[in-house]
Amino acid sequence: MNILNQLVSWFADPAHWSGSGGVPIRLLEHLYYSGLALLIGLVVALPIGLAVGHTGKGSFLIVGLANGLRALPELGVLILLVLFMGIGLIPVVIALSILAIPPLLAGAYAGIRNVDPAVVDAARGVGMREQQVLFKVELPNALPLILGGLRSAALQVIATAAVASFVSFGGFGRYIFDGLRIRDYPQMAAGALLVAALALAVEGVLALVQRSVVSPGLRASGGARRSPTADVASTPEPAQPDDPSPAPELAGVKR
Amino acid sequence: MIEFRGVTKRFPDGTVAVDNLDLKVDAGKITVFVGPSGCGKTTSLRMINRMIEPSDGQILVNGNDIMQSDAADLRRGIGYVIQHAGLFPHRTIVDNIATVPLLLGWNKIKARKRATELMEIVGLAPEMAQRYPSQLSGGQQQRVGVARALAADPPVLLMDEPFSAVDPVVRESLQDELLRLQSELGKTIVFVTHDIDEAVKLGDKVAVLRVGGKLAQYDEPGVLLARPVDDFVDNFVGRDRGYRGLGFLSSDEIPLGELKTVTIGEAAPAGEEWVLVVDGERRPQGWLGAEQREGLETVSADRLVPGGSLYEIGSGSLRSALDAALSSPSGQGVAVDAQGAVAGAISADDVLRALDATRRDEQPS
Ligand SMILES: Nc1ncnc2c1ncn2[C@@H]1O[C@H](COP(=O)(O)OP(=O)(O)OP(=O)(O)O)[C@@H](O)[C@H]1O
Ligand SMILES: [Mg+2]
Repeated sequence: MNILNQLVSWFADPAHWSGSGGVPIRLLEHLYYSGLALLIGLVVALPIGLAVGHTGKGSFLIVGLANGLRALPELGVLILLVLFMGIGLIPVVIALSILAIPPLLAGAYAGIRNVDPAVVDAARGVGMREQQVLFKVELPNALPLILGGLRSAALQVIATAAVASFVSFGGFGRYIFDGLRIRDYPQMAAGALLVAALALAVEGVLALVQRSVVSPGLRASGGARRSPTADVASTPEPAQPDDPSPAPELAGVKR
Repeated sequence: MIEFRGVTKRFPDGTVAVDNLDLKVDAGKITVFVGPSGCGKTTSLRMINRMIEPSDGQILVNGNDIMQSDAADLRRGIGYVIQHAGLFPHRTIVDNIATVPLLLGWNKIKARKRATELMEIVGLAPEMAQRYPSQLSGGQQQRVGVARALAADPPVLLMDEPFSAVDPVVRESLQDELLRLQSELGKTIVFVTHDIDEAVKLGDKVAVLRVGGKLAQYDEPGVLLARPVDDFVDNFVGRDRGYRGLGFLSSDEIPLGELKTVTIGEAAPAGEEWVLVVDGERRPQGWLGAEQREGLETVSADRLVPGGSLYEIGSGSLRSALDAALSSPSGQGVAVDAQGAVAGAISADDVLRALDATRRDEQPS
C-alpha cells in the first residue's frame, strides 16, 4: 500500500477525529498556541513599529531587532527557554512570538514610513494633532503593509507551532513527533498535511479580513496616488481588489 | 488681515529662507507671493499656519500673534491647499472635504451636508462624493483640495502652488473659478506661485521675493508691470511686461470709429474694403474681404473669414482693445456692447494714443 492510500485511510479512520488526540482538539491546540504567539507579537511589535514609523526616530532599532530575531534558530531558542523556565506554555509561546515579531515590526514600520509625506503634511496642515495624524491618516494608509506583515507572521508561526510538541505540548506537531517516534509515517504525513492546510486556511481568512478593512481607495494601483494628473476616473472599480500579486495584464505581458 | 513683522526663518543647517520680512496682507483680498525657486515663498506661507515656526519676528493673524494660539487650533481656522492636493487616499471625496468640520466636532450628518454643498460650490458633480481621490483627474483633485480648505468657512486661505501640477488649460479654468469664488466669498487669500502670469492674473497685490528670502517689491500687479523697482524684478516680470501691463490700464478713453457692416441674408455689398458680417441682432459673425465677395450675391455664413478677439466696451482693458485690433483680419478691432452687438471699430493707433494719454496721467510728479 503506498503512502497516499495510507494517508487516505488515516484520515478516514474515525478514531483519528475524536477524543483528546483527535484532529479537532489538535486543531484547537495548534490555533491556541499560534494565536497567543501572534497576539504577543502584535502587542510588542505594533506599538514599536508605529511609533518609530511615525516619529522617524530609532529606525536602527527596527532593523537591528528584526534582523537579530530572524537570525535566531527557533528550536535552539525553545530549548534554551525551557531550560531556563522549565516546561510550560510560556516558553513555547515566547519562542513562537519571536518568530512573529520581525515581519510584524517590518510591516508596521514600512507601512507608516511609506505613507506619502504630502498626505501626512496635509493631515497636519488641516489641524490634526499628532495622535490623529497617526491613527486617522497614517495607520489606515499603512494597513495593507501591516496586514501583509501579519499574514507572513501567521504563516510562519503556524508552520512552526509544531515544535510545541517537542516539549510535550499538543497541536498538529504531536502527529509528527509521535509518528517519528513510533515510525508511523502515514501519521507523520497527516500531521504535516494538516499544518499546511491550516496555514493556507488562515492565509485565506486573513486575505478576506484585509479586503474588508483596507479602504477601497487604497486598492487602485499605488502609482495613481502619486500623480494627481493621472486620470483614472474612467476605471472606478479596480480590476484586482486587495491584491499584492501582479495584475492579470502584467502577468500576461511576462509570458 | 495678516501681518509679518520682521520675520526671519533660519533652518538648522544655516539656510536663511526668509530674511526680515515686513508685509501686510489685506483682508478679503488675494495676495500672491511670487519669485524664483528657493526664494522662500513656501516657507513664508507655511509660517502663517505654523507648519514652520519663525526663528525671529512676529506674525499676526487678525491682530493675534500666532505663537500665542495652539498650533492645531490655529490650523483648523485657516484653510490650506497644497500643490498635489494632498488628499487622504483612504477617504472618499465627501469625507476628505468634511475633515476639518469633523475635527471641529460637528456631527457626521452636518459635516457631510456641508461637504456636499462645497462640492457644488467648487464645481464637482455630486456623483463623485463616494469616489476616492485616486479615481479623480488632477483638476478634480485640486477642486477637492480647495473644497476641503473651505469646508469650515475659514476667513483665511493659504494656497501653495495649487494649480501647478495640472495642464495649462485646466489651470486656466481653475484660476478663473478661483476668481469667481473669491468674488462671492471674499476670503483673505495668500497664494504662492512661481508663475508671474498667474500672479498678475490672480493677485490684488503681488509680493516678489528674491532668493535669500528678501522682499523685492510689493505692489498691485499693474504697478509691478509698469514700474519694476529694480533689474531683478524687471527680469522676473519678463520681457513682454509692457504688453501685459496693458491689461491693467483702463480703456475707457478709446474713441470708437465707424464700422461698415452687412447682415446675413442681405445682398453682398459692392466695393473692395473689408466688411463685417453681423446676424439679426448685430452680433459679429465674421468678415468679408474682396476675395470672398467675388461672385457672391447674398451674404451667407459659409464664406466668412473668422474674426479676431472682441473688445467689450466698458469692461475692457487696453490689452484686450489692442488685441482686438491686432487680431482682426481687416485691421479694425470690433468693439461690442454688453449684449454682444457691434458698437464700433477700434484701431491699434487709437489704442496707442490712449496708452500715451494714460502714461501722461500716471507720470509720477
Ligand atoms: N527644512 C529645511 N531645511 C533646510 N533648508 C530648507 C528647508 N526647507 C526649505 N529650505 C531652504 O529654504 C529656501 C526656501 O525654500 P522654500 O521652500 O520656501 O522655497 P520656494 O520659494 O517655495 O521654492 P519653490 O518655488 O521651489 O517651491 C530654499 O533654499 C530651501 O532649500
Ligand atoms: Mg515652494
